[in-house]
Amino acid sequence: MSDAIKAATLEYVTRLGDDSLVLGHRISEWVSYAPFLEEDIAYANVALDYVGRARMFYTYAAELAADGRTEDDFAYMRSDRDYRNLLLLEMPRGDFAYSQIRQLFADVYYSLVLPELVKSKDERIAAVAAKAIKETKYHVRRSRDWVHRLGDGTEESHKRTQKAADQLWGYTHEMFDMDETEQLLADNGIGVDVSKLRDQWHKDVSAILTESTITVPEDSWAVRGGRTGYHTENLGHMLTELQIVHRSHPGCQW
Amino acid sequence: MTPEEQNFMRKINAEDKIEPKDWMPDAYRKNVIRQMSQHAHSEVIGMQPEGNWITRAPSLRRKAVLLSKVQDEAGHGLYLYSATETLGITRAEMIEALQQGTAKYASIFNYPTLTWGDVGAIGWLVDGAAIVNQVSLQRTSYGPYARAMIRICKEESFHQRQGYEALLALAKGSPEQKQMAQDSLNRFYWPALMMFGPHDSESAHSAKSMEWKIKRETNDDLRQKFIDQTVPQIEFLGLAHPDPAIKWNEERGHYDHGDIDWEEFYSVINGNGHCNRQRIEHHVAAHEEGAWVRDAITAYNDKKNANKIKNVA
Repeated sequence: MSDAIKAATLEYVTRLGDDSLVLGHRISEWVSYAPFLEEDIAYANVALDYVGRARMFYTYAAELAADGRTEDDFAYMRSDRDYRNLLLLEMPRGDFAYSQIRQLFADVYYSLVLPELVKSKDERIAAVAAKAIKETKYHVRRSRDWVHRLGDGTEESHKRTQKAADQLWGYTHEMFDMDETEQLLADNGIGVDVSKLRDQWHKDVSAILTESTITVPEDSWAVRGGRTGYHTENLGHMLTELQIVHRSHPGCQW
Repeated sequence: MTPEEQNFMRKINAEDKIEPKDWMPDAYRKNVIRQMSQHAHSEVIGMQPEGNWITRAPSLRRKAVLLSKVQDEAGHGLYLYSATETLGITRAEMIEALQQGTAKYASIFNYPTLTWGDVGAIGWLVDGAAIVNQVSLQRTSYGPYARAMIRICKEESFHQRQGYEALLALAKGSPEQKQMAQDSLNRFYWPALMMFGPHDSESAHSAKSMEWKIKRETNDDLRQKFIDQTVPQIEFLGLAHPDPAIKWNEERGHYDHGDIDWEEFYSVINGNGHCNRQRIEHHVAAHEEGAWVRDAITAYNDKKNANKIKNVA
């Protein structure tokens, strides 16, 4: 592995780890707050999948960095300016419709990214993707079914779901942005060229929204910055909570 | 005794299980519903004090373990609600009773989880005390409850181990971590002893429950078992025992212990602990906030069914 590829791979798996941890954290905020018990269980389960993914990506990142850091250093000892997750994933929990729309956008995205990632020439990345693919199949089914029910349920659930789609749409565009790091890895068969997935994502999500009687939002605005550490105000608060105990006891084992 | 009652008591005495379709006295049915639904509610309300630490767990491994544990507890709640429904009560009725305060849940969850150490203490002491009780309940006379206990006990032993291990990490850690472990032990030890209920002489439901073999061992016997097993565990952690009166009694073959503060016990049971109001308000708020979601499912299913009927016609 050349130094340039190695550095890019480290950056890449850190991004994927950040995506997983941040989304997992948001989902976990539902535990004991869900509309009924089965959903508390489902949310805990999905959160667990994402925290599990974060651990695998960070563990690999730590090995690549080879500077003595561990998975926990990546999660707990970096500030919001160092985090590289997609903005969509750090948005607050919101109401149930908001969470399920976010989940649909993310799940469909991963259902397209992971089958590409599983072909990665980097065996470690391919192995994580192979495990995640199975989980994502279940996640997509779940978020799709929920958006169907909420969109085509009552007037109130429809209104909330439409509002969520409108509010979150502008955060989906950066999911398909490429930068030098990702381009280098895509050219070398290690990373995914996400810009090529955009049309399929739009098609899949639009189909589900339309079936749910939700109007597909127009591409009239876009907010970007997650991959460069230019976040929404939400991430700082999330990390404050996530990191408080770990950072209050420097160097301790748990 | 009527022939039905005779047959029922014959089964009880022969250690046969009572099954949902069997005849049973109304008082037996009520007693089992009370106990099982209380158990289910405890699993559900217990998600709150532990869930309080999911977002702040100090390592990714601990976060994953805690998420998994809370998921298990919710699963136990669901399983127990279903098992209780075999007695002819609905989950909605049980939840209403919980929210109105006519059904109880384990009083221990009215104590706040103030530090990360409390997550360990709950796993070790609270789940530990629950297991002592539940192992005994694997032989309870109502079949679905006994079978639920066998299944649940397996997962609870895993919970107890992870809790103890989390506290061990603190006890072997920095002075602040060790202090955190001691503090959690001090705050959760006595409430854990209270989980076994009042002394047998004071227990409202004990006598009949023992006769019907719903309950297999007395509150005091189970509590003693827990006290005895906990002493070496505290020693291994290198922490101070919260009960200064704890002392091995050679003659009894058990540890003697100090008095439990029953005034506090009844105060918390009667709704005046730190978190009684908070726990129920949390449950009610989540339930009410979820109403529009549940309505949406009903509306969606009605539409789909109407379409099906239209298509068939």
